[in-house]
Amino acid sequence: MSFLTIQDLDVRLRGSGQRLLRGVSLEVAQGQVHGLVGESGAGKSMIGKAILDVLPRSVEIAGGRITLGETDLTALPAKARRHELGQRTALIPQDPLTALNPARRIGGQITDRLTRVLGWGAARADARAVELLDEVQISDPARVMKSYPHELSGGMRQRVLIAAAFAAEPELIIADEPTTALDVTVQKQILKMIAAMQAAHNTTMLFVTHDLGVVARVCQRVSVLFAGHVVEDADIHTLLSVPGHPYSQALLSATPRYDDPRASLRPVPQSVIDATRAEAEAHDV
Amino acid sequence: MAEALQIRRRTPLRLWLSCGWLTVFFACAIFAGPLSPQDPLAQDLLFERLPPFWASGAEPGFWLGTDSLGRDVLSRMIHGARIAAIVALVAGFGACIIGTTLGLIAGYYRGWVDQIISRIVDVWMSFPAVLFAILLVAVIGTGLTSVIVAIVVIDWTRFCRVVRAETMAQSRMDYVDSARIAGFSRARTLFREVFPNVLPVIIAVLTLEMGIAVVVEAILSFVNLSISSDDPTWGGMISEGRLSIHQAWWVLVFPMITLFLTVLSFTQLGEALRERFDPVLR
Ligand SMILES: Nc1ncnc2c1ncn2[C@@H]1O[C@H](COP(=O)(O)OP(=O)(O)OP(=O)(O)O)[C@@H](O)[C@H]1O
Ligand SMILES: [Mg+2]
Repeated sequence: MSFLTIQDLDVRLRGSGQRLLRGVSLEVAQGQVHGLVGESGAGKSMIGKAILDVLPRSVEIAGGRITLGETDLTALPAKARRHELGQRTALIPQDPLTALNPARRIGGQITDRLTRVLGWGAARADARAVELLDEVQISDPARVMKSYPHELSGGMRQRVLIAAAFAAEPELIIADEPTTALDVTVQKQILKMIAAMQAAHNTTMLFVTHDLGVVARVCQRVSVLFAGHVVEDADIHTLLSVPGHPYSQALLSATPRYDDPRASLRPVPQSVIDATRAEAEAHDV
Repeated sequence: MAEALQIRRRTPLRLWLSCGWLTVFFACAIFAGPLSPQDPLAQDLLFERLPPFWASGAEPGFWLGTDSLGRDVLSRMIHGARIAAIVALVAGFGACIIGTTLGLIAGYYRGWVDQIISRIVDVWMSFPAVLFAILLVAVIGTGLTSVIVAIVVIDWTRFCRVVRAETMAQSRMDYVDSARIAGFSRARTLFREVFPNVLPVIIAVLTLEMGIAVVVEAILSFVNLSISSDDPTWGGMISEGRLSIHQAWWVLVFPMITLFLTVLSFTQLGEALRERFDPVLR
């Protein structure tokens, strides 16, 4: 029984009607981490934004269904959907620089969700925030709560964002390339931390990345996306050992391996790109 | 490196000088009565065209000389500061409030609201501003209120454009999505999350706008469309001083320098504020 279900999600540009997501379907079981890989512009972030109902104005959902547990989100009126999402979901965004409001102190940005969504009192929310900052290994949480985002390093900001995401114990977290903006050593720490927190809180997670190496570390299942079309949906071992689709194969050969960094890399061949694009566009009728 | 250091050292000085001058300016505006050595309206034909204090023929008490009607230049300049300050503040804030409100709405809600507001701004800005002001004052009559109304009616677009652009840029940031996901309504997200980040830009534009308002008021006084020509305004003084430039240069030169320094200070302060409060540069 899957927890998050997306059926035939169709997202288009308003006006021109250009298709950004072409009938995307995926299922994520409760407590699982589901990877979403694909090159830049494949539509990974669009899927996350569609689920969280924060699509840009220039874009609209033209069809499909998104179900969270028993609730059909797409059938809810806007306000009820907002409420539902606020209680049950959270986002770990891509860029720690723009993900925190530069004009507000860190503390408020973590406790917002608690006071707002769960109706907690300020003292209780503050205590919880300190607890979570501890959990993401920030020393001196009390000082960090009073800081502004620009006073923290990139790695610290990303930890704060992780703390903020887990604070209200959401059932689903969407992590949109949470480590892409960080340098490699920090990246590994943060990945480990996300995986540990996810396991400890038993949170369902949709993990967006363009890096198969990252997927291999944290995900149990993966959807490979190309031009808004899911070309393959497989469990992680299958994908890494016997990828079914030529595009997944090519993507795998193009990814540096942690166990053998000197293995030669081959860029995705143009012929594969063309064939996959044709396959995606065949959906359009 | 050397260049960077230089810029860093120059900024506070610029800021201090501008603040200093504007403090003097606003002090003159508030305490115009007690600060003026003479009655700014008193004419005395025996004392006409007295030179400034250092020249031979100067009279004590008339520090910067008198004009062709024997009125004290310094006292008139101090009272002129009061009118300039009123225009700068009232017109500046008026334009700011209208332009900021519309700019926030257009930049955040986008869609047809944005299209309507942006179209109005485009059409509005295609009129030549000063001509527009003159026309407006000509229609609604001269006087301080009409000058202020004219400036507000013309210059709200300046705020609207800048605020709209900045609001759009801020709205694309991930923290806005996070606020929405945390259950904040659109209106609340706009005011609690986006607005504080647009505020530094608003303050900077407001400061610049005050300088512009002072110039516009001077221009309107210069062409005699502001308040009655008896009342001391810098523009009016410049206009009158122009006629006697060969006999009494000081009547023209002192108000001009004052006007220039005041506008320059507003501009410099606006730039400095922007550098200082911009969250990205901070
Ligand atoms: N605000 C927008 N308005 C219109 N089109 C957009 C907008 N944002 C993204 N797109 C388009 O939607 C498509 C999918 O974008 P998306 O951001 O989901 O890509 P992505 O897979 O997340 O890529 P990346 O790895 O670069 O983040 C792209 O073709 C992009 O050009
Ligand atoms: Mg993305």
